Amino acid sequence: MLRIANAQVWVHDQDEALEFYTTKVGMEVRADVTLPELGFRWLTVGPAGQPDVAIVLMAVPGPPVMDEETAEEVRTLTAKGFAGTVFLTTDDCQAAYEEMVARGVEFTETPEKRPYGIDAGFRDVSGNSLRLTQLIDSEPS
Amino acid sequence: MFVDQPQARHLLRAKDLADRRFADALTVADLARAAHLSSAHFSRQFRRVFGESPHQYLLTRRLERAAALLRTTDWSVADVCMAVGLTSVGSFTTSFGRMFGKTPTAYRASFPPAAAWAMVPGCMLRANGRPRHRTFREDG
Repeated sequence: MLRIANAQVWVHDQDEALEFYTTKVGMEVRADVTLPELGFRWLTVGPAGQPDVAIVLMAVPGPPVMDEETAEEVRTLTAKGFAGTVFLTTDDCQAAYEEMVARGVEFTETPEKRPYGIDAGFRDVSGNSLRLTQLIDSEPS
Repeated sequence: MFVDQPQARHLLRAKDLADRRFADALTVADLARAAHLSSAHFSRQFRRVFGESPHQYLLTRRLERAAALLRTTDWSVADVCMAVGLTSVGSFTTSFGRMFGKTPTAYRASFPPAAAWAMVPGCMLRANGRPRHRTFREDG
């Protein structure tokens, strides 16, 4: 059986991203380990109620992992909002929206009704897109 | 035990707040406000419904989170203490010792290093560990 463990987003600054995902979005740190001999920091966060899934906040590496031109392209794509999207669900989109707005999260879309539920969208500090969706209970009543 | 349901819902709201915002400078008075009750009445009712005082519940949540951070990060003990909403490293060490039977440093030492515990993927280690400058005398 396959299960999703971690998925990665590129971030421009790991400290800034950590601050955003924990204090503004409300996630918790799962792992934060620096391997100084490699100049590498493994940093993951996740929702408190879902301990087996995490988001890796990955710094864009330089050479030799990634040549400087490619690294710059990845940073630019992230800043332009084209580096991917994380889809979150919540049981109360409006309440989560209001709480995050109060903490300074910039929403690109306020909660709106959709055929599948109530949906809002925001960006992290690097430009990654995140959706916040309250799904309609699809179980037959 | 009879529990008034609307009041239980208010108490649960306070308990959820402790779970959600334990990392902030949250106090029992803040929790009581979330439950719309006076502090003393809130503490009594919380204990009656959930079996422990709100102070115990909040501190337990913080210490349990601190233990996870000691296992899965390489943050200093002081940084772990601050990250879970506590401000005194001395009080943190004392409370931690009561719950886990050892100091935060000893607790951390009883587990594998955070890098192993956090399972940094081998592909990342290989990619980042590649020597940057290498020649095999093929350039000349």
